[in-house]
Amino acid sequence: MTVQPEALKSSGQNSKMRSKKVDSPWRSAFRRLLKNKFAITAFIVLIFMFLFSFVGPYFSPYKDAKISVRDQYKPPSAEHWLGTDQLGRDVVLRLMEAGQISLLVGLAATGIIVLIGVTVGLLAGFYGGWIDTILMRFADIMYAIPTLPLLITFGAILSDLKFPPDQRIYLIMFVIGVISWMGLSRLVRSQILSLKEQEFMLATEALGLSDRRKIFSHLLPNVVPIIIVSGTLGVAGAILLESSLSFLGLGVIPPTPSWGQMLSSANNMIDFAKRPWLWIPPGVAILITVVSINVIGDGLRDALDPKMKR
Amino acid sequence: MSQKALVEFKDLHTEFYTEAGVVKAVSGVSFQIRPGETVCVVGESGSGKSVTALSLMRLLANNAKIVKGEIIFDGRDVLKLKPHEMRRLRGNEIGMIFQEPMTSLNPVLTVGEQIMEPIIEHRMFSKREARKYAIELIEMVGIPRAHEIVDAYPHELSGGMRQRIMIAIALSCEPKLIIADEPTTALDVTIQAQILDLLRKLKSEKNVALMLITHDLGVVAEMADYVVVMYGGRVVEEGKVMEVFKNPRHPYTEGLLKAKPIIGERKERLYTIPGQVPSPLNLPLYCHFADRCPYVMPVCKEQYPDTFIDADGHKVACWLHAEGARA
Amino acid sequence: MNETLLEVSHLKTYFPIRAGLFRRVVGHVKAVDDISFVLPKGRTLSVVGESGSGKTTVGRTILRLTDITDGEVKFKGVNIHKLKKHELRKLRPKMQMVFQDPYSSLNPRMKVGTAIGEALLEHGLATKQDVREKVEGALVKSGLEAVHYDRYPHEFSGGQRQRVGIARALVLNPEFMILDEPVSALDVSIQAQILNLLVDLREQMGLTYLFISHDLSVVEYISDDVAVMYLGTIVEHAGRDELFDHPLHPYTQALLSAAPIPDPTLKRERIILKGDIPSPANPPRGCRFHTRCPYAEARCREEVPQLRDMGGGHLVACHFAG
Repeated sequence: MTVQPEALKSSGQNSKMRSKKVDSPWRSAFRRLLKNKFAITAFIVLIFMFLFSFVGPYFSPYKDAKISVRDQYKPPSAEHWLGTDQLGRDVVLRLMEAGQISLLVGLAATGIIVLIGVTVGLLAGFYGGWIDTILMRFADIMYAIPTLPLLITFGAILSDLKFPPDQRIYLIMFVIGVISWMGLSRLVRSQILSLKEQEFMLATEALGLSDRRKIFSHLLPNVVPIIIVSGTLGVAGAILLESSLSFLGLGVIPPTPSWGQMLSSANNMIDFAKRPWLWIPPGVAILITVVSINVIGDGLRDALDPKMKR
Repeated sequence: MSQKALVEFKDLHTEFYTEAGVVKAVSGVSFQIRPGETVCVVGESGSGKSVTALSLMRLLANNAKIVKGEIIFDGRDVLKLKPHEMRRLRGNEIGMIFQEPMTSLNPVLTVGEQIMEPIIEHRMFSKREARKYAIELIEMVGIPRAHEIVDAYPHELSGGMRQRIMIAIALSCEPKLIIADEPTTALDVTIQAQILDLLRKLKSEKNVALMLITHDLGVVAEMADYVVVMYGGRVVEEGKVMEVFKNPRHPYTEGLLKAKPIIGERKERLYTIPGQVPSPLNLPLYCHFADRCPYVMPVCKEQYPDTFIDADGHKVACWLHAEGARA
Repeated sequence: MNETLLEVSHLKTYFPIRAGLFRRVVGHVKAVDDISFVLPKGRTLSVVGESGSGKTTVGRTILRLTDITDGEVKFKGVNIHKLKKHELRKLRPKMQMVFQDPYSSLNPRMKVGTAIGEALLEHGLATKQDVREKVEGALVKSGLEAVHYDRYPHEFSGGQRQRVGIARALVLNPEFMILDEPVSALDVSIQAQILNLLVDLREQMGLTYLFISHDLSVVEYISDDVAVMYLGTIVEHAGRDELFDHPLHPYTQALLSAAPIPDPTLKRERIILKGDIPSPANPPRGCRFHTRCPYAEARCREEVPQLRDMGGGHLVACHFAG
């Protein structure tokens, strides 16, 4: 049994009032985040993954399109640290380029999720009534669509249409975003509903503020923390979804690389058993990236909403 | 008045460790509760009144620690008891009533089950005996149709009824002490009157001691034999209720009594204590009330006052009452 | 002098109770059920009641923060609930509200100065250049300091937050303020500060207050007139001195006798009401108070008592009063 001492409810005003610096909720959240060693470590690891993927290729002695059948399936060596693949390409360079695609897909898809999810959640929560009913029923329908069959069909159609592989990734980002926004919209909506019950929202009405001001100055800043947290976790989810799709051959297809697509080389017995350098590195890259993002997300949640910790 | 104390707080210090730093919620609290006596602990938010009671029950949050002092209950040092001895004490020898009647009962158990629980646990009643006794208890706390209510769930009862059930649970093992932490703060005025009336009646019937924690001086005047006034984690004044109300010796007590509007007085203007209730973070080493006190003297900002006792046993921690001061 | 500022007639606010799969309306909570009163300019009327009495809903319906079910609310002759949305917004600065909970009535992510100033800008009552000056003026008037402009709510104590809430209302230069339990969440030593501030502001700005509270001692201090509510209706309405000296309704008498008084020497004969407050979803027939009234008779169970003038504007809704 935990008892919140009455002492703490009103703690700290006097000391804070004396300090000159403005102590905004954002600043104190940032301070709490800096104290979280796990999150900081994860953040550094993630930065490293980005640098590895986007800056790494400039330091590689190999060129991306260089195919050399002579060099195929070389095990790790001083020349090729992680060996070469079936077309004789350097796996380290391949991993970097794949990282660019995977991280970009993750970020862009999350951007779409946040855009749709927040808009729908805000409108539904704020206006209520029939707007709420229509938007939320629409979200329910989207939820009810079985994702995998849809994506398999979609992937097949794209292949049939001979859609250019390099443009395919944009479609993948878009599709992942469009099928994944519902969770966030529900979260935002329920947050808005509980904020509307707070007296400061009643005050905005009593003060005669416009809807625009109510939404953008009062509601939005108070849902930003959950948007940040669930957006962060969403990047990890999108990266995983892209990997699964590409592994199944439905997402990014060769010659465009992605971590998931590299993993698909493990789907035959010989590569799996005899050439682990082909599938362990992308697997580890996905693992490290997703775990770091999740740790950062948890850290952000603790920092932005300290009440939830207990 | 030399009756042996039932509870004795001796120089209790309780601290909380928070992000913002160490909160000295209670520092150096000492007072006694005698058998059958009602002691009201009065204070505002952050005064440490609830933490004092929770220290006695050892129900503090994980980030809290009792760093110094003793709490003697019926001859034993509560702070040295083993967990299983502590469990025997809670519910069996000390009953507790909380502020929020809405959340202090478990919503998925009937009220009968919740009353029976401690009886079966502590007093080895059989289930049938316990149920019979539970119905008696429900009748005793003034709820009609007790044999129906015993099978009701908490959500079917009003706030006042739930608080009565809490009292029934607290009384079920015939404790020597009941701790009531703001038991009527969440209730309406007419319901508060019922509950206070009930507490008074049961207390005299059962001869149980009552430690009543409240911020409401009206409740204190109605209930207390003895008053302990807390401010900033310390006891600033204590004495018999008549003494404290008729002749408040600490400027804070005096200010509180003057600041409260009283029905029938119709003052033109209320007396106010300036400033804010102090944060328990970074309390000064000198008198905590000095910054708000109308009688502040240089010594008040140098040193925390000693406790001075007058002939009636009325204690006050204020330099005004040091020998020769105010003269 | 006796110009009417607010006229409430036959105000009813019902909230639908919905149940079942299709959220059908299965009944109504009659939060406010036919109340009328007139509030002259410059006076303070207190609405007193316990939980479920509908006192908060009265305040919110008057300001049209809640929709009205029936009746009308006229502010300076204008029927508030007939106004178009933009007309209502234009009128809002004139009627303001101070809320009960100092912790939830301020946006935690907005600087106090911005929160006070935004309505000024929105209504064109200040320009970007002079808004800060006006807000700082309101802060000082409310007993805070100009430097508090850039602070966030969590840096303030409960009493200071309530002052911010007051500054936010009075910066708009209102004529009428609804104070919904403005001191009940505050510590005793802070309550007196806020009450005195409200009295000072009333004098300086010629404000008219509707003061909502459950605490009779506070009501007695601040009011000119008092209306006592029970389960959505007014049971007694009179001048302050008249009501406190000669309470006529048994409920008012019980409320007065139940209020704890900080004087241990006082030995009173208390009226302790039996039972609980009935649910406003299903109020008793006849006189709503009959289930708890020590004087109830057969007639009270059948016939609804109407407010009667017992002389000098002392209104009471009881068959046996007088």
